[in-house]
Amino acid sequence: MTGGIYRPEEDGAILSLVNVYKTFPVRKSFFSTENLRVRAVDGVSLTVPPGKTLGLVGESGCGKTTLARLAIRLLDPDAGAIRFDGKEITRMEGEALRVTRRQMQIVFQDPYSSLNPRMKVSDIVGEGWLVHGLARGKELRERAERLLVRVGLPADAGGKYPHEFSGGQRQRIGIARAIALSPKLVVADEPVSALDVSVQAQILNLLRDLQEEYGMAYLFVSHDLRVIRHVSDDVAVMYLGKLMETGPAAELFHEPLHPYTRSLLSAVPMLGDAPSERIVLSGEIPSPISPPPGCRFHTRCFMAEKVCEEVCPLLRSIAPGRYAACHFV
Amino acid sequence: MNGTPGIGWDFARRLLRNRLAAAGGAVILFFFLVSALPGLFSTHEPNRIDIVNILRPPSGAHPLGTDDLGRDVLARVVHGARISLSVGFVAVGIAIAIGLIVGLLAGFYGGWADAVLMRLVDMMLCFPTFFLILSVIAFLEPSIWNIMTVIGLTGWMGVARLVRAETLSIKERDFVAAARAQGAGSARIIFRHVLPNTLAPILVAATLGVAGAILTESALSFLGIGVQPPTPSWGNILTAGKDNIEYAWWLSLFPGLAILVTVLGYNLLGEGIRDAADPRLKGR
Repeated sequence: MTGGIYRPEEDGAILSLVNVYKTFPVRKSFFSTENLRVRAVDGVSLTVPPGKTLGLVGESGCGKTTLARLAIRLLDPDAGAIRFDGKEITRMEGEALRVTRRQMQIVFQDPYSSLNPRMKVSDIVGEGWLVHGLARGKELRERAERLLVRVGLPADAGGKYPHEFSGGQRQRIGIARAIALSPKLVVADEPVSALDVSVQAQILNLLRDLQEEYGMAYLFVSHDLRVIRHVSDDVAVMYLGKLMETGPAAELFHEPLHPYTRSLLSAVPMLGDAPSERIVLSGEIPSPISPPPGCRFHTRCFMAEKVCEEVCPLLRSIAPGRYAACHFV
Repeated sequence: MNGTPGIGWDFARRLLRNRLAAAGGAVILFFFLVSALPGLFSTHEPNRIDIVNILRPPSGAHPLGTDDLGRDVLARVVHGARISLSVGFVAVGIAIAIGLIVGLLAGFYGGWADAVLMRLVDMMLCFPTFFLILSVIAFLEPSIWNIMTVIGLTGWMGVARLVRAETLSIKERDFVAAARAQGAGSARIIFRHVLPNTLAPILVAATLGVAGAILTESALSFLGIGVQPPTPSWGNILTAGKDNIEYAWWLSLFPGLAILVTVLGYNLLGEGIRDAADPRLKGR
């Protein structure tokens, strides 16, 4: 118990979430009067510094996609605050929100449903320019062409329709759309998990090159620890709507603190390394409708004791820059 | 259909490979031609009364015979085509326009807008449509414009439900979220992103709807409250024929055949479009 409770360092951050909550209603049946809610994001705080990449990792259904969409206001939080580039955007509406959105974009997981099949690629990429009055007609097509070439597509791609491209190429189109408005933050929601491994590497390198070129910050969401390790400056580990651990990527991967992070890392096959002892988690991830009391992870934790069932550990400082939510770290 | 060269070509190829749909399309094209250029198919005046040649059977001078006023049946069927098809198209146009607006608004905005609009649809569906049309026309003057309007105003509910269902699924797709993130407003999202993706099922509904509207118009005209004589429509030619059906079969047969073939053509084409647009049937 060395340090204080985690507080997002908001000074100079491009994005900061403070104690954000989001629940979704579940309707069990038509006649049910029970008011059940999925607690997708349950009090999360994090920050993304400008030009850096925060990797957000967790199992399926842990709320990481919800968190990603909350960050750029595609979803509205139930409680908590979202600040972008020093401005409070939690309750921003209308024209102010529309203008702010130029600065924050998103790349989606599914390269098929994320592109309108009835629009030409140049119109997809240039939609932001059009709605913000930055380019239209011939100029829009020319700018789109330059951008498409920049992300590694042929120059004539703009005149085609999305179905004429492969999954990896479609993801390049999605990336071109995201950077068209020169945003300060790009949320990448599992941008490579629908792609082949060889294509994954190309897309990850493209994202890294673009970051160097344009100086964007990434909130990079993935369930794949190898991808997260490859791209992240900082990592946040999420489990059942809560952050378990956060810290600089190199240190976190070298010496994970939280038992959940440790078990995740031990499950990744590392080529060449001597086989380390695997920590096998038992059971399934509990339902986010009625998460376990105390520590969310105690039902599957190999270190769990009595206190874990009763007291929810706070995310607190363990070492400089490193935070974990566990009673025994 | 959608301006997409790739999808469009593929779609057209699959549609044409379906022989029944192609035949339906050919019938429809033929009747378009008949409506557009009636003079090409009959040189007689449709309303020219010829007391000398009453109820003549089909012959060289009158290929489909003459009616009880000596008017040429071929000329009347040919000129009636334009009336019947216009009623079909205008009525369906009205139905699609209303159905699209109601469906898009209900599906996109949800909540109370959805509840109110869909209860309106339920209410409209409670009326037996044909009797509603009958009673409305009984009060109004039975002109061709009233018929089109009334058929259209009672036929939009199916389209509204269809469009709403499509809208509900499309608005959850990532490209809609992407458009919102780009700063697009609701109007732009509805018209540029949602609407173009609902068009395939609407086209099917429209094609089948035209067949229904032509039948309804024929039925109304047959009952004498549709298109009023002497203006020829297939329905009222049929009515005129029924009094003499015992000894002048050609009066009823030919307009009846015209209705049958046209409705069949639209139904076959509509089903063909549905199959061609369904990706699960690809490669068949």
